[in-house]
Amino acid sequence: MVGKNCVAIASDTRLGAQAMTVDMNFPKIFPMTDHTMIGLAGLATDVLTLRDQFKYKVKMYHLKEDRVMAPRTLAHVVSSTLYEKRFGPYFVEPIVAGLDPRTHEPFICCTDTIGCIDFAKDFVVVGNATENLYGMCEGLWEPNLEPEDLFETISQALLNAVDRNALAGWGAVVHVITPERVITRNLKARCD
Amino acid sequence: MSARIDQTATGFDFGLAKRNASLEASGVKAPNATKTGTTIVGLIFKDGLVLGADTRATAGSIVADKNCEKIHYIAPNMYCCGAGTAADTEYTTNMISSQMALHNMSTGRESRVVTAMTLLKQYLFRYQGHISAALVLGGYDVTGPHLYTIYPHGSTDKLPYVTMGSGSLAAMSVFESRWRPDMERQEAIDMVKDAIEAGIFNDLGSGSNVDVCVIEKGKVDYLRNYAKPNERVQKEQSYKFARGTTAVIKTSIRDLVTVTEDTAMDITA
Amino acid sequence: MDMLATNPAVHPTSTAKQAAFSPYADHGGTNLAIAGADYCILASDTRQSSGYNINTRFAPKTFKLSDKSVLATAGCQPDCNMVVTRVKHSMKGYKYTHNKEMSTPAIAQMLSIMLYQKRFFPYYDFNILGGLDEEGKGCVFCYDAVGSYERVPCNAYGSASALIQPFLDNQVRNKNQQGKEKVTEFDPVARLSIDEAMRIVKDAFTSATERDIYTGDFLQIFIVTSAGVEEQLHPLKRD
Repeated sequence: MVGKNCVAIASDTRLGAQAMTVDMNFPKIFPMTDHTMIGLAGLATDVLTLRDQFKYKVKMYHLKEDRVMAPRTLAHVVSSTLYEKRFGPYFVEPIVAGLDPRTHEPFICCTDTIGCIDFAKDFVVVGNATENLYGMCEGLWEPNLEPEDLFETISQALLNAVDRNALAGWGAVVHVITPERVITRNLKARCD
Repeated sequence: MSARIDQTATGFDFGLAKRNASLEASGVKAPNATKTGTTIVGLIFKDGLVLGADTRATAGSIVADKNCEKIHYIAPNMYCCGAGTAADTEYTTNMISSQMALHNMSTGRESRVVTAMTLLKQYLFRYQGHISAALVLGGYDVTGPHLYTIYPHGSTDKLPYVTMGSGSLAAMSVFESRWRPDMERQEAIDMVKDAIEAGIFNDLGSGSNVDVCVIEKGKVDYLRNYAKPNERVQKEQSYKFARGTTAVIKTSIRDLVTVTEDTAMDITA
Repeated sequence: MDMLATNPAVHPTSTAKQAAFSPYADHGGTNLAIAGADYCILASDTRQSSGYNINTRFAPKTFKLSDKSVLATAGCQPDCNMVVTRVKHSMKGYKYTHNKEMSTPAIAQMLSIMLYQKRFFPYYDFNILGGLDEEGKGCVFCYDAVGSYERVPCNAYGSASALIQPFLDNQVRNKNQQGKEKVTEFDPVARLSIDEAMRIVKDAFTSATERDIYTGDFLQIFIVTSAGVEEQLHPLKRD
């Protein structure tokens, strides 16, 4: 979700094999640079593989180019990594959220499993509870939210959406990225 | 799968295809890809041609992107509308675009539409329709304006007015009733807008705004969001929450040190 | 294009075919209902669609049954129509026999039986019955296709139910909000004024219209109070 000079990215923390819950504290959002995070929803093995692959690519870019990768650039890295496997895709849908390292302009986007980028100015959602999340975000989001208000809006959207989805929930984590700091909060959520 | 990330290898990687087949057999269901259930059109008028597209991308019955770009750049004198699987149209047009740029640099001549059309159809035919990109290619070259449709299997048509995508019938009904040779520029733009709007309002796979691209001799006008007939009305109330509404278990803050003029070391004393 | 996809080795007329019997169709559309202390609001869009086509932009699927009850239906249009016809018919019989109008909870029980009678060839129809109960309180009953039902403070059914339901949980039942009184299962009435509820209903539908392709065209709202049933019609996006 985009706010006023800030972005927020949030996920639930459940890991499950279909209906069976395996882990209740599985991270799905990973920092890539100071101001950019990537969220990966989908098959856990691919989440870990891609996390490592993107970290590697971001670091190599940093070494080769001697500058920090912008979130928009990372989005295209993500997209081409996924499209390379067009006919045997990773079962992962990523979200990239961050601030441009130079201008601090907010940026969010998501892609499907084969790397079609969806640039949005308001919010993006991926994963299990997408329909619920679309309904929540479309209802709650408004432009120019301050970091603290953005936190409340994204948290309420996520919590109420996962409560209506049997395959999501069991806790939630929210990151708000501002030019000065990254605020991470673990939320109290229903665990059933 | 090789552990090393080889950045020189090109083309598709089928490494996970077998794994995914066995995963799907054991009940894991793959998330579905974003489609553009689209209305895309093109027509030729007196001095050139006009391309048009809606801006909705869908994933199942849900709108994934309300304002996506479906008119892709191929060359300075050539654009291409895409329908089908969104990632395929994006990457196919992108790749042909770079091939056209290289071709243009090596020959030193302006690209011809028929070249792009041939590259596209050969590429799509090679994949036997598995790359689901249905395209409307239009451009103005040394031989005049050209308009092609390219189907996912690699067949092509060359016609004075064309439509593609799930809204193609709605859009074609506008063209069939009103198109005539040698129209004026504004008349052509209006007709394209009406055709796309016919798709937007009558086909559920198409929606939101109208993108238009006018290509004439030595001149391109990309009119992004030429018409916006579907802007959302003002909400009845704000849904801003009081701070502290959400229950938090733990907060951690990572301060990012940003060196600015103000925090630089004071050396005046 | 299809010519290329079919196998030329098998001639279409040379193989035996069994005609499939598929009596159900999904015509899309969304309903929602909120019960208040002395009112009940039922709202539905009026788009009827099949596949990517719009059959009609104005096909009401919510009907006034009496001055105190309204029935909202979503699913297969002919099934919905049949259910409404049968409920109205039975209500008439009840009135002629007992010389009084059927109460909303009584209609609710009757509808449940009606649906369960078709247990093995069900109506493809998801109902929400709303109105005022004998005490004049707002009431909403929601059903599955075969007659299981419960009384709830608010509910959403149809193609955009997944989008609207969590929004209602949050805004009507105050779920996940600290410092706000919850509306639990034991208290089947929302604590909203009628104006607040109307604003939430309208925003829920404009939001759903943005993201669900089967919801749109017009929003029909029925407001049931002790004064009777008021009907409103608002435009929605048509794309």
